[in-house]
Amino acid sequence: MSTSTAPSPAGAGQELRPDRKKSRWHYDVLGLLTAVLMAFPVYWLVISALRPNHEIRSYDQTLWPSSLTFDNFARAVKQENFATAVQSSLIVSVTAVVGGMIIATLAALAIGRFRFFGRKALLMVLILVQMLPPTAMLIPIYAQLNAIGGLDEYWGLIVVYLVSTLPFAIVMIRGFVVNIPVELEESAMVDGCTRMGAFRRVIFPLLAPGLAAASIFALVNAWNEYLFAYILINDNSKYTLNVWLMTFTTERGTDYGALMAASTLIALPVVVFFMIIQKKMAAGLTSGAVKG
Amino acid sequence: MTAADTKAAGPPVPVPRAPEGTGPKPAPEKGISGSGRKQRKKGELLPYLLILPALVAVAAVYAFPLVKTVIMSFQDMGRKELWTGESPPWVGFEQFTNILGDAEFWSVTGRTVVFMVVCVGLTMGIGLLLALLMTRLTTWVRLVLTAALVAAWSMPLMVAASIFRWLSDSDYGLINTLIAKVAGEDFLGHNWFLDPKQGFAIIALLVVWGAIPFVVITLYAALTQVPRELEEAAALDGANAPAVFRFVTWPVIRPVFTMVATLSVIWDFNVFGQIWLLRGNKPEPEYETLGLYSFSKAFESTSFSQGTAIALITVLLLSGVAVYYLRQLMKTGEVE
Repeated sequence: MSTSTAPSPAGAGQELRPDRKKSRWHYDVLGLLTAVLMAFPVYWLVISALRPNHEIRSYDQTLWPSSLTFDNFARAVKQENFATAVQSSLIVSVTAVVGGMIIATLAALAIGRFRFFGRKALLMVLILVQMLPPTAMLIPIYAQLNAIGGLDEYWGLIVVYLVSTLPFAIVMIRGFVVNIPVELEESAMVDGCTRMGAFRRVIFPLLAPGLAAASIFALVNAWNEYLFAYILINDNSKYTLNVWLMTFTTERGTDYGALMAASTLIALPVVVFFMIIQKKMAAGLTSGAVKG
Repeated sequence: MTAADTKAAGPPVPVPRAPEGTGPKPAPEKGISGSGRKQRKKGELLPYLLILPALVAVAAVYAFPLVKTVIMSFQDMGRKELWTGESPPWVGFEQFTNILGDAEFWSVTGRTVVFMVVCVGLTMGIGLLLALLMTRLTTWVRLVLTAALVAAWSMPLMVAASIFRWLSDSDYGLINTLIAKVAGEDFLGHNWFLDPKQGFAIIALLVVWGAIPFVVITLYAALTQVPRELEEAAALDGANAPAVFRFVTWPVIRPVFTMVATLSVIWDFNVFGQIWLLRGNKPEPEYETLGLYSFSKAFESTSFSQGTAIALITVLLLSGVAVYYLRQLMKTGEVE
């Protein structure tokens, strides 16, 4: 990619001119320092979750724990409604994502493959609705769900999450759709496939990475949502994990050890998914770039 | 709700494709699907059938409530109407005149704007500097920094808020311990949230920390699209680093920068969860931004109409920014 005359050990397409190479180390120091600062709250989360309670409730916090323990995790898991909160979060986010992906794929195919009246307007509406403040939607949705008996029911929350993932999913999947040459589909149809057959055998396999990325993204979004979960669900046994987190704060104070342990548990799947999606997104990017 | 969510979770709509639009490459999709589309004109009903489910869903959860917001803001809907299902009385512009005539509304709006400006300024400033730094790092350092950014980025909003609440706890928080160790005993037991200015400083720290990874990674992606040869040539011609940045680098990354900045404005204007959790589910009036103000009017004072009127004013305030964002998207070829 670069036309370097100097040997380039960095190998990331970065040019290393000799004079620059010398002065590079202080950038690296700065970079490492920033990395420490950015990662510190995450470190503090994990380390606090593993710290014995007498250290949590100490006026003299130390950067390193004296010993590690799983007591906080045990307390967090034993907290009332943990299992049901996990269950609620899973039911709500998975259902919303599966439904959202089906609807989004259909729409993405329409937008990516056909030129029809209102196509551009649809895309704009999808992008615009994402920018509406959540509280603006919250009150009428609350009133409406109340009127049709959807408060305290999973389906109310599911519908809200499903739709909130739609705009992003449609635009993202559309990106993958337009990168699949129409000729592939056409030759499959020439060879005797029906349109559905062509979709199933040709388009869908090529779309799969995009679908995976979009669904993980939507899943993380639904998993992290707080405001609607807090307002639409009042039944303790139907709380999602984020709302459940608040139960560690009582009138007498906050059980920070258990709160940090619970937070770690909630963040863990998200971190894993994020690692996966990072690669998928990069793959999506490169596939787009290669095609040009 | 997506605005707040995506912030914690990651890139919004344009990210996966943003660098594509900025680069010198021609948009790949036009040539390929152009010929296909012509042949497909016959299936004219099919695309409408395909988008129908999405349209119905979006209408149910966005369009309908938005219409309802407008209607409710001209009525007086309270707890009674909500539970009995009676139609609330019409009050015309009363809700709006009440709100606009209320000094509290203006102080909340002022607070929201100042908080947004500070957060966006810090996020974009630090974000740009870090993205530029990324281009100058040795590969392994860049990987370490990227990993740290992704770690911060992947923290769910509520988890991040819990961490910062713990860090700023008056008795056992690390911030107080560190200050006490460096500057003396004064800070042990210091409550950061007694003074809203200090409280908002902690909240801003959380917001900025949470937003920086997205900004840096997006801007860095844009920076990799800047042709190296151009920068080199400019440097050879005697341009110093700021000049190279201004005349070569900046024009290339500007569309992405303004887009991310616009999104940040929208997100930071609607900050909710961070304040909500840092104030332990009961934000004091001094901590109310427009989102929280509308929320407390609706659910604590159970005046749903006042809440929706405030929300509607917020939407109007933001609509200019939203339209600007959309125009940027069209310019970069995201909506073609």
